[in-house]
Amino acid sequence: MFAEQILNGLTLGSTYALIALGYTMVYGILELINFAHSEIYMTGAFIGLIMVTVYKMPFPLALIIAMAGSCLLGVTIEKVAYKPLRKSTRIAPLISAIGVSIFLQNAALILAGPQVRAFPVNFKSASIKLGQSIQMSSLQLLILLISIILMVGLHFLIHRTKLGQAMRATAQDKEAAQLMGIKIDRVISFTFAIGSALGGAAGVLVGVYFNSVDPMMGFFPGLKGFVAAVLGGIGNIPGAMLGGLILGIVEVLGAVYMSRYKDAIAFAVLIIILLVKPTGLLGRKLQEKV
Amino acid sequence: MLRLENVTAHYGTIQALKGVSINVNEGEIVTVIGANGAGKTTLLKTICGLVSATSGKVYFYDMDITNLPTSDIVAAGIVMVPEGRRIFPRMTVLENLQLGGYLNRNKSETKANMERVFELFPILKDRLHQIAGTLSGGEQQMLAIGRALMSRPKLLLLDEPSMGLAPKIVLSIFDIIRQINREGTTILLVEQNAHMALSTAHKAYVLETGRILMEDTAEKLLHNEQVRKAYLGEA
Repeated sequence: MFAEQILNGLTLGSTYALIALGYTMVYGILELINFAHSEIYMTGAFIGLIMVTVYKMPFPLALIIAMAGSCLLGVTIEKVAYKPLRKSTRIAPLISAIGVSIFLQNAALILAGPQVRAFPVNFKSASIKLGQSIQMSSLQLLILLISIILMVGLHFLIHRTKLGQAMRATAQDKEAAQLMGIKIDRVISFTFAIGSALGGAAGVLVGVYFNSVDPMMGFFPGLKGFVAAVLGGIGNIPGAMLGGLILGIVEVLGAVYMSRYKDAIAFAVLIIILLVKPTGLLGRKLQEKV
Repeated sequence: MLRLENVTAHYGTIQALKGVSINVNEGEIVTVIGANGAGKTTLLKTICGLVSATSGKVYFYDMDITNLPTSDIVAAGIVMVPEGRRIFPRMTVLENLQLGGYLNRNKSETKANMERVFELFPILKDRLHQIAGTLSGGEQQMLAIGRALMSRPKLLLLDEPSMGLAPKIVLSIFDIIRQINREGTTILLVEQNAHMALSTAHKAYVLETGRILMEDTAEKLLHNEQVRKAYLGEA
């Protein structure tokens, strides 16, 4: 029973981790909380749903198209809403992000209507036995596997490719990165692209997992992904993965004992982490600026 | 090789350069000395496109590079070693050097360039897998210069390479600067340490509150009474 709950927590947590990665990557480079990220997640879910229901696409293809669509949306948001404000005060792009978030929610409400839709996936749900008493649905396994593949892929991209190296350099020192000949505008676009694709993938996976998609679906997962990013140390990529998994487990276990407070748990975690270790689990100490 | 014509630039709302014209010939070490806030760093940043010139022109060979994106200027062969070294602190020495060769897609050339950097700075080879932020100040300065050399620049811009370093290390850094120059790289050096800069350079400019005050051979300026009083701390 306990082990099963841990597995449930890991499944949910892996989707939080995917969302948290988008927040943390953007923060790492621009020191901006991209509040529109939760709507990128929602848009990903809708694109996936449309591909599956309207165009009758197989699930893997729908997932890829949803990721591509979210990626495009993320890059467009950056170009339209953040880039023109890059030299202004820090609060300006933050307000712009909230504006984009509200705009996208309402655009989805107009286009899709407020009703909750099912996400029918032609997928035989079987339960898999791990050991004697632990069961896991094949859907959970699929979600976990896809999340892990995406995270391993991201790790490879960031640590083994030239582009990943340019991303890390830009995150550490934008001006020095420019002096290496790195086109940082391109790196920033790319960061939004990757983070948004992961967020869109999370939207599809959660849509399938809970069999529900609606224009407001991004609100809580978006906030929780943000909490996961802060928990792991905002700006820190392994931290976002760890934070997501921990938050998922804590939330699922907490819900067993006090189910009414399920959504409150994440925010209790946020308050505790901000009180005890504001830089997050893997975050670096903030350097004092002289 | 590098020619600035009447360049003005702003740093925030302050006009940091008020019409600066300088000339760097191929093969030279040229220095710009001046007090804190004279506009030295802004001058270098304007050359490499990090600060945009509000008027005036920057020519590199006969190409107008005024306000080009920094990546294009680096690709043209101008690389700056910024003030305070600005190495990537959470990456290894190796990764820092690799980033210095970011624009070069030719792997064997990159390797050869790295070997050349190791010849100048053998210590970097010993520290190859160390996290750059844990190096000593002098080693970080060597890494910053080595990183800049990875793209085989034609013109190297050095911003305060002596800053924060022990006198002995300053001497060896300036030895290496001369050696880099002898091996064919033109150098534009900006320094507060006027004595070191003037005894290293061929030609020198004195920059004061955004204007070029004097221009002569470094040798002559080193013995100029006004310069000695204002910048060399002599009565």
